[in-house]
Formats: sequence, C-alpha cells, structure tokens
Amino acid sequence: MKDNNVIEIKNLNKWYGDFHVLKDINLEVKKGEIIVVCGPSGSGKSTLIRCINYLEQFQEGSIVVDGIEVTDDIKKIKALREDVAMVFQHFNLFPHLSILDNLTLSPIWVKNMPKKDAIATAMKFLDRVGIAEQADKYPNQLSGGQQQRVAIARSLCKNPNIMLFDEPTSALDPEMVSEVLDVMVELAKEGRTMICVTHEMGFAKKVADRVIFMDAGQIVEENTPKKFFDNPESDRLKLFLDQILSH
Amino acid sequence: MAVYEQKQALEAPSSTKGAIHWIKENLFSSPLNTIMTLMGFGFLYIIIPPLLQWAYFDANFVGTTREQCTGDGACWVFIKMKMDMFLYGFYPETELWRLKAIVIMFVALVIGLRFIKSGKVKFGIVFSYFIISLILTAGGIFGLESVPTDKWGGLMLTIVVASVGIVFSFPIGIIVAFGRQSNLPIIRSVCVTYVEMIRGVPLITILFMSSVILPLFFPEGISFDKLLRALIGITLFQAAYVAENIRGGLQAIPKGQYEAADAIGLSYWQKMLLVILPQALKVAIPNLAGAFISLFQDTTLVLIIGLFDLLAMVRITAADSHWLGMETEGYVFVTVIFWAFCYGMSRYSNKLEKQFDTNLK
Repeated sequence: MKDNNVIEIKNLNKWYGDFHVLKDINLEVKKGEIIVVCGPSGSGKSTLIRCINYLEQFQEGSIVVDGIEVTDDIKKIKALREDVAMVFQHFNLFPHLSILDNLTLSPIWVKNMPKKDAIATAMKFLDRVGIAEQADKYPNQLSGGQQQRVAIARSLCKNPNIMLFDEPTSALDPEMVSEVLDVMVELAKEGRTMICVTHEMGFAKKVADRVIFMDAGQIVEENTPKKFFDNPESDRLKLFLDQILSH
Repeated sequence: MAVYEQKQALEAPSSTKGAIHWIKENLFSSPLNTIMTLMGFGFLYIIIPPLLQWAYFDANFVGTTREQCTGDGACWVFIKMKMDMFLYGFYPETELWRLKAIVIMFVALVIGLRFIKSGKVKFGIVFSYFIISLILTAGGIFGLESVPTDKWGGLMLTIVVASVGIVFSFPIGIIVAFGRQSNLPIIRSVCVTYVEMIRGVPLITILFMSSVILPLFFPEGISFDKLLRALIGITLFQAAYVAENIRGGLQAIPKGQYEAADAIGLSYWQKMLLVILPQALKVAIPNLAGAFISLFQDTTLVLIIGLFDLLAMVRITAADSHWLGMETEGYVFVTVIFWAFCYGMSRYSNKLEKQFDTNLK
C-alpha cells in the first residue's frame, strides 16, 4: 500500500448470482481525498461503496482500508467498521431510540465509552449538524433532512477516518437537500476522507477532488471536477451529463 | 397573475361533533346499521335482566351452609365457603400465610417498580421476587415446611403454570426465532424442526408425553415431579408459538436497520438485542399477548394429567356431598376470574404498545 493511500481497491469483481455487478474495479483513494461517484441507477456505484465496509461481500479482488484487508474475519470487520462510517439513503436511524440514544449506542457498546462521555460527544456532533435541541425526540418526529443530519452525526460519533455516503439526499424533499449538503460541505473541509455516491453535481463541483463515473458495473471515467464537467471524454458520460444537467 | 393571502384555519362545523352526531354516525348511519343496533339492544334486554336477577337480586350471600340458600338465585355462599380451595387447592391451611405474603409482595412490587428508574435494579428486584416466591411456595428450606406439588392447586396452580410458562418460553422463543433466521443451516434447520414438530401436536399430547413417556427415558427409581414435567412440556410448547410470533416481528424490520447496526460496528448479539429485537417485540406485542392469554386458558388442560387447577377445583368442590349441584355458581365464578386475568393481560399489552410507540408523539 502506498503511503498516503487510505483505500486501495484492486481488480474487484462481484456477482449477484449470475449478474456481474462490479467488473474489475481498480481505485486508490488518498488520505483526505473527497471523491464523488455518480452514474445511472444499476451501475454498481452503491454496491461499490458498500463493499468498502463489507456490507456487501465480493468474490474476486481485494480491498485494503487503512491497512485492514477487507475479509470475512470478524475481528477485521470490527476494526474496519470502527474506521469507516456510512450514511444511508434512507437514514436508517433506529426508530425505537431517541436521537441521543441513536448517537450514543455505538460509543457505549462498541468503544465502551462511559455514558457521560458518550452523551457529551453526541451532543457535540448534534450541535455541529445544528439539531442539538432535538436530542430527546424520536427519529419519526423529525423531518427527512433533520433525520439525515442526525444520521451524519451518528456516523461521526465514532470518529471515523473515512466516511461513505450512499445517495444521502435522494430520499429527501427538495427543500431539505441543501441543509444536508451544507453539513457535508462542512465535513469536507475537515480533512476526512469521503466517498459520496450522489447526483448533486453542485456538491461535486464545489468540494470533490475527483469525480468518478460508473456505468454497467465499471468505472468509465475518472477526472477532476472541472475536466469532468467541462470536457467529458467518453460518450457515455457526455450523454449522462446531458440528461441530468439539461433541466 | 395574483398573490393570495394566507387563510385562517376555522373550527369544524358543530354538526360534526357531540353525542347526537356520534349516535347518528355510529348507530343509525344506514338502515342495516339501524336494524343491527335495535337487534343488539333487544338481545341485551333479553339477557341482562334475568342474569342480574339470578346473580344479584335473588342471590344468597349470607350464611355458611347450603340450607341457608333459600332464594331462587345463585348460592354465592358456596363460593365463599370454598374460597380457599378455589384459590389455593389443597395447600395446608397453616401455611397459607406464605401464599398470601406472595400476593401482598406482588402488590408492593407493582407499586414500588414505578419509582425505580434503573432497568438493572428493576430486573434484579423482579428476579429476586420470583426466587423468594418459589422458596415460599415450595418450602423445604429456611425452616419452612415443605409443601409437595400435589398439594398445589386452584388459582395458585393456574398462576404458577401460566407464569412459569410465560417467563421461560419467552427467552427460548427469542433464541429459536433468531435461530430460524440464522445463516448457519444446521442451527436454522434445528429451529425449524423444533417449531414445526411442536406446532404439529396439540398441547394435550405434549402433556401426556411429558407425564407418561418422558419418565420412560429416565432410569428406574428416578421420578421427576409431575408438575415440573408439565411445566417443561408447557414451556417447550409455548416457546414454539412465541418464536413464530417474534419471527413475524423480525420480518417486519427493514434490512436497513441491520445494515445501519452493522455499519456502526455492533456485533451480532448487540445488533440483535439492542436494535432488532426491541423493534421486533414492539411489532409482536399484540400476537404475543394473544399467545400468552391462550396459554393462561390452556393451563386448564393440566387436569388430564392429574393436576388440579382452578377449573378442576369446581368439579372437586361441587362433588362435595354438602354442596352437590353447585357447578353453575362455580363455573360462573371461574369464568369471572379467568376473564379478569385475561382482560388484565390484554389491557397491559395495550399499555405496552402505547408505551413503545415512538412513531407519533
């Protein structure tokens, strides 16, 4: 592994039954880099980032995250998941727990943090995403945008080096997209490594170091945001950009 | 183009609320509904007055013997005189204070638990209550006279069987439900086989098996307590149903909950116990309450293996030569007791449902 690489994906292949969903993916991510992955639905972009924290198993190739080889070894998975946080499209907050309990669950049970410290940490991050006053409510009492901000705060609570975002704004009402993106932009400035699957091209232009375009299970084009949007090389990407930017 | 002012919210028209509106809407909303309402009232008119006449106005409450029951109505004297039998079976009279103490402690427990916040302390208190109750009921240590289980009976036996069945079948059911969802084929098939075997057999058969067939497997001379065998049978039976109810709850939990729990680093057991199970139980509460209520009623089946629960006590007491023919009063009394317990459980489950409802508050 090269010195400043935090994620190395080599010749990754994955099948769902007979369906070849990821085809020979190679990707290196440097520490602190912010990468946006986009592409048509079914292109394998979510599957790719879900392989990184082993929510999906893969059949061929290797992924190394922060020196941890991604395998089915329980200890490695545990270490991996302490290092990598994920924010989901549908938030996936725990509806039976209050906002505060959602945030303290992992620190208390996984990191054995004393309850008092866990609460302090949780409140700090809730404050950061701007909803500290909702700490005692339950997830279903919050709007979609607020829930997603809570989910981001929850993933921050274990102080991960790497954050994965799986279409974090796709399930939100249009009015709420910006409040979540604002939080993500703030995070991007802090030097955490981030991989975001998203179609928010404004976000990509603003903060991404690299933009990756996937189609049919493979990486089609990979470029800096400027070149990606201004001078797309492949026809497939040109068509894609045409379709999402024409309205 | 135009700009519109925001409008004030107005109160609903008065014709949409109040008692008369409710009656119109719910009792006489259509010709069919009107006929049903009238038939319902007619039915109540036929049933209720004679029942009250028998059970209250013509009934006999005072006295100590059958001869003092002179009215046409029910002879509640019978219930009064046989109350100890109904409640405690053949439990020795001199030791009844032990059972009464358990009841008093139960009341204290219910009130006391309201003031305790810590879950661990609560669990500890409830757990020690069960141990103390067990010691008090069975005796044999701490200078308490031993009361063999064939002396247990009546409502007390019903409660023992039901509560042991509920308390032990619950964790077993949870584990079996988890097992049925396991990725390990052997664990899964063991759990599936267990559930399908038990569900394919009536409770009566299981009780017979536990009382007749089970002893065949033990070496001669070792005899297992009859009640204990029945308890094991009932617990294993109930656990299969609890497992299925919980499995129903587990299936209602979206995949995203598992993934989120994985993603924040919880282990399998942490994920299942902290995230999945609480939500699954919430979904399963109505079905679980149903299963436990039917268990409470099914305890009456222990009669066939020679244990005398509340219902069996009616048969025994009404066979007393002084009180022949008193079955009606006995069965009405037992009905009321069973109804009270089952209704209480049902209300409690409603309360739990509301308590755990975190959707809209």
